[in-house]
Amino acid sequence: MIDSKEIKNITKLTPNKADFFKASSKNHSGKERFSKICESIEESIKRSGLKDGMTISFHHAFRGGDKVLNVVMDIIAKMGFKDLTLASSSLASVHDPLIEHIKNGVVTQIYTSGLRSKLGEAISKGLMEKPVQVHSHGGRVHLVKSGELNIDVAFIGVPVIDRFGNATGYKGRSKCGSLGYAMTDARYAKYVVAISESLEEYPSFPASITQDQVDSIVLVDEVGDPSQIGEGATRMTTNPKELLLARRAARVIVNSGLFKNGYSLQTGTGGASLATTIFLSEKMEEENITASFGLGGITGTMVYMLKRGQIKTLLDVQSFDEFAAKSLGENLNHIEISANQYANPSSKGAAIKQLDVVVLSALEIDINFNVNVLTGSKGILRGASGGHCDTAAEAKLSIIVAPLTRGRIPTIVNRVNTIITPGNTVDVVVTDQGVAVNPKNIELKQRLKKAGITVVEIEDLYKKAIKICGKPKPINYSDKVVATIRYRDGSVLDVVKALA
Amino acid sequence: MSKIKKRAHAGTLESSDAFIEIEPIEEDKIKIELQSSVEEMYGDDIRELIKKVINELDISHISVKVQDKGALDYVIKARLQAAILRANDDEKIKWDKL
Amino acid sequence: MKLRRSMLFVPGSNTSMVCNAFVYRPDTVMFDLEDSVAIEEKDSARLMVYHALQHFTYDDMETAVRVNPLHSIYGLLDLEAVIRAGVDIIRLPKTDTVEDVLQMQEVIEKIEFKIGTDKKTKLLAAIESAQGVVNAVSIASCSDRLMGIALGAEDFVRDLHTQRTKAGSELMAARAQILLAARAAKIHAFDSVFSDVRDKEGFIREAKYIKDLGFDGKSLINPNQISVLHKIFAPSKNDVEWALDVIEASTNAKEKGLGVVSIDGKMVDAPVIARAQWTLELAKASGMLGGDE
Repeated sequence: MIDSKEIKNITKLTPNKADFFKASSKNHSGKERFSKICESIEESIKRSGLKDGMTISFHHAFRGGDKVLNVVMDIIAKMGFKDLTLASSSLASVHDPLIEHIKNGVVTQIYTSGLRSKLGEAISKGLMEKPVQVHSHGGRVHLVKSGELNIDVAFIGVPVIDRFGNATGYKGRSKCGSLGYAMTDARYAKYVVAISESLEEYPSFPASITQDQVDSIVLVDEVGDPSQIGEGATRMTTNPKELLLARRAARVIVNSGLFKNGYSLQTGTGGASLATTIFLSEKMEEENITASFGLGGITGTMVYMLKRGQIKTLLDVQSFDEFAAKSLGENLNHIEISANQYANPSSKGAAIKQLDVVVLSALEIDINFNVNVLTGSKGILRGASGGHCDTAAEAKLSIIVAPLTRGRIPTIVNRVNTIITPGNTVDVVVTDQGVAVNPKNIELKQRLKKAGITVVEIEDLYKKAIKICGKPKPINYSDKVVATIRYRDGSVLDVVKALA
Repeated sequence: MSKIKKRAHAGTLESSDAFIEIEPIEEDKIKIELQSSVEEMYGDDIRELIKKVINELDISHISVKVQDKGALDYVIKARLQAAILRANDDEKIKWDKL
Repeated sequence: MKLRRSMLFVPGSNTSMVCNAFVYRPDTVMFDLEDSVAIEEKDSARLMVYHALQHFTYDDMETAVRVNPLHSIYGLLDLEAVIRAGVDIIRLPKTDTVEDVLQMQEVIEKIEFKIGTDKKTKLLAAIESAQGVVNAVSIASCSDRLMGIALGAEDFVRDLHTQRTKAGSELMAARAQILLAARAAKIHAFDSVFSDVRDKEGFIREAKYIKDLGFDGKSLINPNQISVLHKIFAPSKNDVEWALDVIEASTNAKEKGLGVVSIDGKMVDAPVIARAQWTLELAKASGMLGGDE
């Protein structure tokens, strides 16, 4: 035994009490080892030490097929917890049951990237006292790391796990692919409950969430509905307007000056964006160009390009369909990255800082190039901030693709209902009735004009939209703020008010 | 001012279209019932347009029911005029008023 | 000569198509009041097209309307509506004889006179029967309003007691006849629609084929076919370079007061210059040389 006197000069150290000259008292019987596995979600909540007023988190990799958040929230409500802050990386229409928990005071504050459906409507009508904090995917990590969003307990649904907490998303019945958003929560939450439907033998590696991050494990019947996890099959659109937009967006990229060997690309879901990828793939084949990486939410189209050698690497923070989810487990060049590696502005290395081109969609774009992807034409919360403002800010070329009008609703407006992405980070707006280039990009404008693309002023697009649709009556808002739009650096960019 | 002869309808419930039903009524007025997917933005404009089209054709004592699926003004005009022509079995169309 | 590669069919009863067709920039948009419109919607489709033709979204696009035949109760009403609305071209359905064209011309003249317009509505005769094909030569030159003749294949193959095939041999005679008739009369020749919108390869094959035959363009039923067709009609890079050289050489020659120049040993005369100018027009319309696609 060490004598305290021998280390007296180093005040904070304590001596080991074990007597190395006697038989060890270590217990080798596995039974008495501490087990992370809980009998029920309730037990895991008890173990977590959750208290009223704390912050709990979820991730949205299961999208519309999520079977975790609602179940956990019901149990938390039954256990009588109140005044919780809910921080989900995003919320889908499947999460409408949250309305009851808000009404009953279980949840009093929300942090999320998106709000949709009845929940979005109810909040737009003033359901909550405290405004929802709407953040981007990168901005969420920044809020967590900067300490504002202090996650006490993270409930992380995972398709497959081992008994010690090593979990992956690219296999199992409810495979969702990348666990990029969950990885951040697993790393920063004080207590991590992993919820899974499938137990594998220890050690299950490679793992996205690792044993040193997980406190408790609960096994349930299902964490996801496989039919709802993929956002629809990756099928080529036949909608002529979407195809026209996609062809034009691809033309803009091809003539941007960035389209050369080793360029990098991010595109989203949705008909036009997906079709843009396909047209680009054709053009890349024609001109014998390969991309160094594809980033972001990954779709089957990107996977197809990876398989054909047109893209060398995929950096996947979220797999949009089952092709992407499957590929993540099979292809060594399909890499899972965390939200911090993807888009956090204060990260030591966010991949978007290496990105050349991003193609994004929009609900509204205004004459100052500001973009709204959150509130609809009636002022109701029905979208998600996502990686929109993150990628627009960092990519060398950010392209917004949208039809000039949707039915009678103008897409190009005088001022967007809600600013999610500031106009100074948007380079080009591609519509079915002309391409507008941000005036700061003088050289790009010349390039596109020279390539025969109809370049118009955004004010002219606005005028044309109004000429077609008529000038809309402004939305009647009250003074009550229902959502605060947090920019990626945490600053407040805009607010959404309740409908009058 | 004239009254339409009978009930009639025109248009469809497809998106970008409008379904318009009209019928003669006793009161000397234009009664408008509008259901529109763009009510908040354009509801008042659409009601104005309906009145204008009916006035231009010198019609009164009419009830107009519109189910609008985001139709542009000229579509609503075409549908309303078609319904009125049908209601009057009009062969002699006064094109300069349409 | 105006470019008329693509003529997009838009059913007058399809509101969404009527409101959106201008977006796809076909060389000519053709509203249909005939076969694609059900009997009970003839009146409302007519009104819809009447208003669409006057809407600003179609201001800078050539417009055509396929009207119902004059012998039907709709034909005259259709003409009354669309001529007032300022349509550019009337497409006559089922043109079998010279008389069909002249009768239509007479009715149009009367309406134009009645409404007091200076606009001279043009005519496009659709040939859809064996009789029409046989008469194509006389039809093509019977009226100075006639800007072109077009093959309507669906009715034609029925009249011929055959059906459409992938190879298209059933249309061989008709295509040749219509094309020769149009060229002899110095008017445009248009090929029929390709109706299987999912068969992109088949469409490309047929479009290349009719372009090589010498047709000016083709009727289309799906907006997605427009860019594909325009790409096929686009001149090659070599053609464009040649055309630029020709224009440059002839301009230089003119400035220097030289009569005739030659390029690569070939004489550059008026027909060559005309062809070069045409190639450059086509190039611009195809998104080359700073033109929009």
